[in-house]
Amino acid sequence: MDDSFTNTNGVSIIFKMIKDIQDNKQYLSDIDGQIGDGDHGINMNKGFTLCEEKLKEAPVNLSEGLKILSNILMMKIGGSMGPLYGLFFKAMAKESEGKEVINADVFQTMLVAIPVELSKVSKATPGDKTLMDCLIPAVAAYQEAIATGESFKSALMKMKNAAVAGRDSTKDMISKVGRSSRLGERSIGVIDAGSASCCIIFCAIADAIFELLN
Amino acid sequence: MLEGFAASMSSLIDTTENPRVLKLKDAPIKNKVGVVTGGGSGHKPAFIGYIGKNLCDAVAVGEIFSSPPAQMFYDAFKAADAGSGVACLYGNYAGDNMNVAMAIEMAKDDGIVVKTVVANDDVPSAPKDRRENRRGVAGEVLMWKVGGARAAMGGSLDEVINAAQKAIDNTRSVGIGLSPCTIPEVGHPNFQIEAGKMEVGIGHHGEPGMEVADLEPARKMAQRMIDIIIPDLPFVEKDDVVVLISGLGSTPPSELFIFFNDVKRILDEKKISVFKSYIGNYFTSLEMCGITLTMMKVDDELKKCIAYPCESWGLTQF
Repeated sequence: MDDSFTNTNGVSIIFKMIKDIQDNKQYLSDIDGQIGDGDHGINMNKGFTLCEEKLKEAPVNLSEGLKILSNILMMKIGGSMGPLYGLFFKAMAKESEGKEVINADVFQTMLVAIPVELSKVSKATPGDKTLMDCLIPAVAAYQEAIATGESFKSALMKMKNAAVAGRDSTKDMISKVGRSSRLGERSIGVIDAGSASCCIIFCAIADAIFELLN
Repeated sequence: MLEGFAASMSSLIDTTENPRVLKLKDAPIKNKVGVVTGGGSGHKPAFIGYIGKNLCDAVAVGEIFSSPPAQMFYDAFKAADAGSGVACLYGNYAGDNMNVAMAIEMAKDDGIVVKTVVANDDVPSAPKDRRENRRGVAGEVLMWKVGGARAAMGGSLDEVINAAQKAIDNTRSVGIGLSPCTIPEVGHPNFQIEAGKMEVGIGHHGEPGMEVADLEPARKMAQRMIDIIIPDLPFVEKDDVVVLISGLGSTPPSELFIFFNDVKRILDEKKISVFKSYIGNYFTSLEMCGITLTMMKVDDELKKCIAYPCESWGLTQF
């Protein structure tokens, strides 16, 4: 089977995200420190590590794990990233719930639900120098690849590349939303910390699914 | 830190089931609108220092400079609500806006009615035509004072909200920073202010202001800051105002009085009269050195609210 994986095995996606966030704690704080207050890595690491501890208590599948991650981020991690990533994973959990097998189509509905959910609390759009600059093109690239008949793997690769390009595109932007927006032109030249963590998450998801499909 | 605070204030303040939510001992108070606030830590006395009689009933305490999660705001709503509704009076920051909005949704399911006033008194943080983008800073203290008093006088939820909104709509603030601050977990300051320079319009988390200028004596700083806030409302001749001057953390309190003296002189010249002044460390930014100037234009209702007695760690008057 190289075109789907089970919801049960899919929990490896969560462990991969946890590990990559933990490994990038310092990196995320350093970028945040250039135009923010330098605690993005600390907060993300705290949330994902709390999730790791919770997951050790009992085995879960992908949907349940996403729900746990979402609840922890929303309930325990404040700032803007708690609610944003909380809703991010809530959307993915909801769309995968009850699906024993995750194929390219199910994964697409999981992805598409994310921006819809986030729009409930954030008015940010691409170009504002936020995680939307990574999220929106990544989701669009995946959709486009699937629409043109490409394989699950190939679509994931496109998603990953778009996430990286999206993250890098924030470097030349002037921040329009959030704390760094007060900096105006002084925010140019640094990538946005939220788009960097979003990129780490998309890459982790894609890499974990590659493993599952092999 | 919270445990120490709660222990020292045990005659007035109680802990709750949520270790990050503190409340007034008597709260929820029957037939009174609950007043709630919350925000990131590092701003003492804000926010917990304003839990008190005729002030805030419950406060959600976030990490340093980071909004409390929705759950904490929600738990604070529950701790403050006696069935008359909750006025959530907080500052305009992306995280707080999102978490409060989510907490309000959670409270709806329990039948708790929550209305908000979002403070945006910091003039340099956005131009006047985009006032909705401005941050909330030390003016929040006056918003809590007015909202808390209006609730204590028996105001309905709408009356409390209207009074607090009127308070913040008539309030303008500006800050000047002389040295940076460090989030302990980060370990180093994430911005710098060169020796001999000052950041005019600095935010409560070190957000850059409108310009970096050479350090000036207090009277010039007072003139500069008044020139920023007076035309913005505008404050005019014969207005009555409340003046709140706060140190940002490591400013010697004696310097605040030197500064106030200069502010008062300029206001006298402009025939603006000071109804009441609050001088001290009311809203700080860790160990930042600097000062904020806040002015609120007051009418009879606001005067009555300001003059009303209150008791808390951050603000007590009889």
